[in-house]
Amino acid sequence: MVNLLEIRDLVVSYRTRSAPVRAVDGVSLSVAPGEIVAVVGESGSGKSTTAHAVVRLLAGNAQIESGSIQFEGADLAHVPERSLRTVRGARIGLVPQDPAVSLNPVKRIGEQVAEVLRLHGLADRRNAALKAVEILDRAGLPEPEGRARQYPHELSGGMRQRVLIAIAIAADPRLIIADEPTSALDVTVQKVILDHLQHLVAQSGAAVLLVTHDLAVASDRADRIVVMSQGRIVETGPTAAVMNDPQHEYTKKLLASAPGLTLAAAPPAKATGKRLLEARDLVKEFPLPGAAPRRAVDGVSFHLDRGETLALVGESGSGKSTTGRLVLRLADVGSGTVTFDGADITRSRPPATRALRRRAQLIYQNPYASLDPRFTVAQAIEEPLRVFRIGDRASRGVTVRGLLDRVALPQTLLTRRPAELSGGQRQRVAIARALALSPDLVVCDEPVSALDVSVQAQVLELLVQLQEETGVAYLFISHDLAVVRQLAHRVAVMRHGRIVETGFTADLFTNPQHDYTRELLAAIPGRIISEGAPS
Amino acid sequence: MPRYVIRRLVQAVGVLWAAYTLSFFILVLLPGDPVSAMAGAGADSAPVDPARLEALRHEYGFDQPVPLQYLNHLGHALIGDLGDSVATGRPVTQLITQALPQTLLLTASALTLAFVLGGGLALAATFSARPGVRQVLLSLPPLGVSVPTFWIGLMLVQFFSFRNQWFPAFGNDGLKGLVLPAVTLAVPTGAQIALVLAKSLITTLDEPYIGTARAKGAGRRHVHLRHALRNASLPALTVAGLLVGQLMANAVVIETVFSRNGLGRVTQSAVSTQDIPVVQGVVVYGALVFVVVNLLVDLVYPVLDPRIVLAPRRPVVAAV
Repeated sequence: MVNLLEIRDLVVSYRTRSAPVRAVDGVSLSVAPGEIVAVVGESGSGKSTTAHAVVRLLAGNAQIESGSIQFEGADLAHVPERSLRTVRGARIGLVPQDPAVSLNPVKRIGEQVAEVLRLHGLADRRNAALKAVEILDRAGLPEPEGRARQYPHELSGGMRQRVLIAIAIAADPRLIIADEPTSALDVTVQKVILDHLQHLVAQSGAAVLLVTHDLAVASDRADRIVVMSQGRIVETGPTAAVMNDPQHEYTKKLLASAPGLTLAAAPPAKATGKRLLEARDLVKEFPLPGAAPRRAVDGVSFHLDRGETLALVGESGSGKSTTGRLVLRLADVGSGTVTFDGADITRSRPPATRALRRRAQLIYQNPYASLDPRFTVAQAIEEPLRVFRIGDRASRGVTVRGLLDRVALPQTLLTRRPAELSGGQRQRVAIARALALSPDLVVCDEPVSALDVSVQAQVLELLVQLQEETGVAYLFISHDLAVVRQLAHRVAVMRHGRIVETGFTADLFTNPQHDYTRELLAAIPGRIISEGAPS
Repeated sequence: MPRYVIRRLVQAVGVLWAAYTLSFFILVLLPGDPVSAMAGAGADSAPVDPARLEALRHEYGFDQPVPLQYLNHLGHALIGDLGDSVATGRPVTQLITQALPQTLLLTASALTLAFVLGGGLALAATFSARPGVRQVLLSLPPLGVSVPTFWIGLMLVQFFSFRNQWFPAFGNDGLKGLVLPAVTLAVPTGAQIALVLAKSLITTLDEPYIGTARAKGAGRRHVHLRHALRNASLPALTVAGLLVGQLMANAVVIETVFSRNGLGRVTQSAVSTQDIPVVQGVVVYGALVFVVVNLLVDLVYPVLDPRIVLAPRRPVVAAV
């Protein structure tokens, strides 16, 4: 069979201030009609650049240096921009990465879908509007007539991704390029959306080039997997072959660190029995303009012992992050009580709250935003010590160097600024900063969600190791059950502001009691392979 | 929505009151005496009969205690009476409403011109695919901002009136007389609009939804005009609202440079004769225009961007 898409020796480079950087370095791959091919790799592997090069939607400083991209008898790498416009949207649909920012905020949903039809002369103004509703319906958007008149900000992330899928399939293209289509979504939403996308392409016979960092997602969805690293393809083959018998070292490493694919045993429950934190019937409401206040946290109770890790798991909007902020006194409790090491801190006065800050710290999700870009690494880690006037300059320097060792960063990084560090390095700096005051409790709010899987595994390992060394307790907030399994002693599952189930990690995974827990477990990608694969 | 408008109107009245009060006390505290100025007594001319000055002071109420003067004037101002000009004896409101149409015509045409020139320049600069052209176009706005208005006026007059005699250099004669002052006034305003709009367009064109539009198969012009412009126009609109104040201030200079009758001239002569009621009337009028324009800008926001809702602002903490 003739391939639908045939990329040959593609080289794409980015102009930088020093020298051009080759992001894609001689990539050749093909997609047959109706086939789903997944391109897997970590950030910087060139997988997104490869996908975008197909329709020449590259960043301003990127350039296709050489190679060819054969699609339906034309070399897309060399056709003029004008003829490319008849391909984009019509023959090749693109599902972009981040649904939150990929729709024009000032245009109605229906208009944005209809625009594809109008641009390619597939419908006039009135028909386009009607057809847009039909397409939104096909993309699985509930109440498409009403939604078509709404603006993007009135829709949830999952619904926006459905709109973007509607835009991609509107003109019935032969190839759909999906660039991390569900990475920004909750795991249950991810499953529903990917199921639907798969169903749509099965119906229409379109091929899919699926770009993802998640091997588990790729293994669930793709016919073939292409593994990329540093701009090159290191391994390619049918999904089952790559997953069960990886040839290349890099693929093996990726497989080993993918949280959904490994059944890492949860650490044994440590019964120190010394109660550190106790939350009782916490309630937090947020006022909404012109409506009843929204209850983000609705009667949450849990406890945490010294040296223990409790995971709070739930989807976005479940109230897990707000709960974390309540116990740290970063937000005011509506009702209920928080007890920290025997003292009631629910309504602590500023001096007591300040004393609490010394013993309870926070690690944020986004290591790119939580470090002051003007601080050096040394300044960032030293800041908590300086704020609490601990030691003099020299002794603080010693402490900072010790902390850097602890999080396994080289001393040469001390004078660097966050922009010069990788995501994993930044999160290590954030961890070092959180540990600077030797706290009893660290609230980790999605600490690895923004990181590549292999880096994720390292950071999680580091957190476990630090807990063994220092006896710190973690309140670990995550939307990802698979990540939680690797380090939590106990898990509390949250939904709509309540804890629906709580238990020891192993019990919860093997014998979930609540329907919602079972739903969450079923949505973890890659479970079919990891549990049902013939060895 | 109505509540929002009412709140903004109350705020507007507050601003007007503050402008009135502040200008009143500043003018009272200034050294010098409007009555002596009116009686023709400069610092260097012969002294005027003190009894006559006293009578004049009494007539205009300048002999009363300052707080009483203030309340008195404020009471009259509330019913639309801003007092009489000390220099000419005519009611201030009459002076202003007579001069107003000329100035409104000048500022309105300058603002329109500024939008067209500034907007066009920003669009052309960001649309241009050639880095060289883009660079040249983008360096024009800073130039326009930094050159003084009166100098632009003088250069335009020199070239278009004296050397070529295409447009009259002075006076209020019809549309032809309007061209040079309007252009002069539009240059700095347009330059600032161009500056903000170009910057905003460049940022907007980097947004992911622009990528989505291109992936649909949209051409550059379509993406630029249909997707980027509306999103990018909000900051420019905010600036335009603020620029109106500056435009009015510049109008004073320009009307003097081009010897046009208008509010600028009224202000200039009132200031030089220390005609306190007139100066104050102009200040209140200026505040009024500024407040109205910015209220309009606020009302246009939600039309351009559906995410902005005209609701009473309460601290809404987004759940993370």
